[in-house]
Amino acid sequence: MKITKKDVEHVARLARLALSEDEKARYTAPLESILEYIDKLNKVDTAHVPPTSHVLPMSNVWREDQAEPNRLGSQTDILKNAPEAEGPFFKVKKVIE
Amino acid sequence: MTFEPVIGLEVHVQLKTASKLFCRCPTAFGADPNSQICPICAGHPGVLPFLNKRAVELLVQAALGLGCTITPRSVFSRKQYFYPDLPKAYQISQYDLPLATGGTLEIAASDGTSKTIRIHRIHLEEDAGKLLHAIGNRELDHSLVDLNRAGIPLAECVSEPDMHTPEEAYSYLTNLKAIFQYLGISDCDMEKGSLRCDANISLRPAGHTQLGTKAEVKNLNSFKAVKEALHHEIKRQTEVLNTQGRVVQETRLWDETCGVTQSMRSKEEAHDYRYFPEPDLVPIELKTDFLSKIKASLPELPTAKKARFIQAYKLSDYDATVLVGDRLLAEYFEQAVSKAGAEVAKPMCNWITTELLGRLNAAGRPIADSPVSAEHLAQLVALVQKGTISGKTAKDVFGEMFETRQAPAAIVKSKGLVQVGDEPTITRWCDEAIAEMPHAVQEYKGGKERAIGSLVGLVMKKSQGKANPQMVNRILLKKLVP
Ligand SMILES: [Zn+2]
Repeated sequence: MKITKKDVEHVARLARLALSEDEKARYTAPLESILEYIDKLNKVDTAHVPPTSHVLPMSNVWREDQAEPNRLGSQTDILKNAPEAEGPFFKVKKVIE
Repeated sequence: MTFEPVIGLEVHVQLKTASKLFCRCPTAFGADPNSQICPICAGHPGVLPFLNKRAVELLVQAALGLGCTITPRSVFSRKQYFYPDLPKAYQISQYDLPLATGGTLEIAASDGTSKTIRIHRIHLEEDAGKLLHAIGNRELDHSLVDLNRAGIPLAECVSEPDMHTPEEAYSYLTNLKAIFQYLGISDCDMEKGSLRCDANISLRPAGHTQLGTKAEVKNLNSFKAVKEALHHEIKRQTEVLNTQGRVVQETRLWDETCGVTQSMRSKEEAHDYRYFPEPDLVPIELKTDFLSKIKASLPELPTAKKARFIQAYKLSDYDATVLVGDRLLAEYFEQAVSKAGAEVAKPMCNWITTELLGRLNAAGRPIADSPVSAEHLAQLVALVQKGTISGKTAKDVFGEMFETRQAPAAIVKSKGLVQVGDEPTITRWCDEAIAEMPHAVQEYKGGKERAIGSLVGLVMKKSQGKANPQMVNRILLKKLVP
């Protein structure tokens, strides 16, 4: 599958990556080779193979419903990791709705 | 041209768990901002989600209550988008393999009959956080994030586009909420955000089967808002179709104050969520014994309860509908009837739907908060039934019960309201009345049967409302028509 500069820009935008013109050009070929490989895989007959969502033969890994506040650290610890905080809140750029 | 509206609803309901969906943070409503967060729900790198089994059970209850098919092998998927209320930059949801598909819900159709709405799917997902743009009245020049809600378990229930009027949508929501409340899977409190609804609506020329372009309406904060917003959208889309010819597919926000929907205007690019299976969570495979255990534990649901009420208590369709509309109300009724006897089911229903609900609604109180207990109401109805007090006195006693929470017998006793049923006393009052109102007696004897009313009235007055009216009538008749 042919990858254009526009495709690279679209994917970069979805991932919120700011690419320079140079980088856009540089990513075109690798993306194309990845999709070429997928094309190759697509040729395999998988009509009777269920899609693999997970590689481990496991299911129903779950826990009982028990609340344990602050088990993994306090609010202060968590807010400390935020780029910006204000009082008990995380602070972000203004979001217009 | 006349158009037919086509409506589908997406309802998010918070599942009533103690801890979040993928971490052990508590879910209590109204906690201080960010006081119920941890590295998992705050999206720190390297953490792993750990599924809450109870959330799966509650969703399965909802699904079975709506007659859905449970998917034998269900998986979680990542729905990816950037927004500050979504710390991981993806929401763990379900995509191609939701937990349940294909249910039904009975609603009241616009023509008064009932109608079946198909449920497309129900899946399990986590809620996002909350954004604050102002503190009180003060508009902020930045936004604040509270992640207490992030990771709260939600069931998303998507209907097929089977509704055609705002009233049908309203009925769908009312009945869906009733089922969730019967099952006890959620508080369904829109004000607390534990039930949310988005509506999809499109118009098509009457008689056509192909769907028109839809608008998705959000910011619907009550069932009434859903109804009003849909009415407005029908009007707006009709105008657009008649003038410009085509509706734009977009998300619109309901503005309750102005009574209009407005385009979100945010340059929304075509959604590209790039779903893929969540590698950190293994599939859910629900076996027969897990499902049959839940199935066996399901309570009687509104439709079945209504049929039973009509059959067992000889109630009208209308009465039964009112009673089963709220699980607690239905339970109140049955508790009262079990004490007072099935033969008073109809008067009991009247007391509940008129007197009790009237006063509760006026006071803005739910049935759970009723100052008159089911047991006390049963005692009151029994007092009327036995003839201890008249129906009229009973209404006064009820008012007193509502105010003071006292048992009816205590009120009747302290106020001396016991109905007088002894023959000699009533006979004496009747004789007095006949002597004092010769005119009425004449009229009655002259064929004007209604004239007996004045005599009954006088006797009741003499007894201060306490004479047994049936006895008064009988004795007066015996005296007037010897
Ligand atoms: Zn957490």
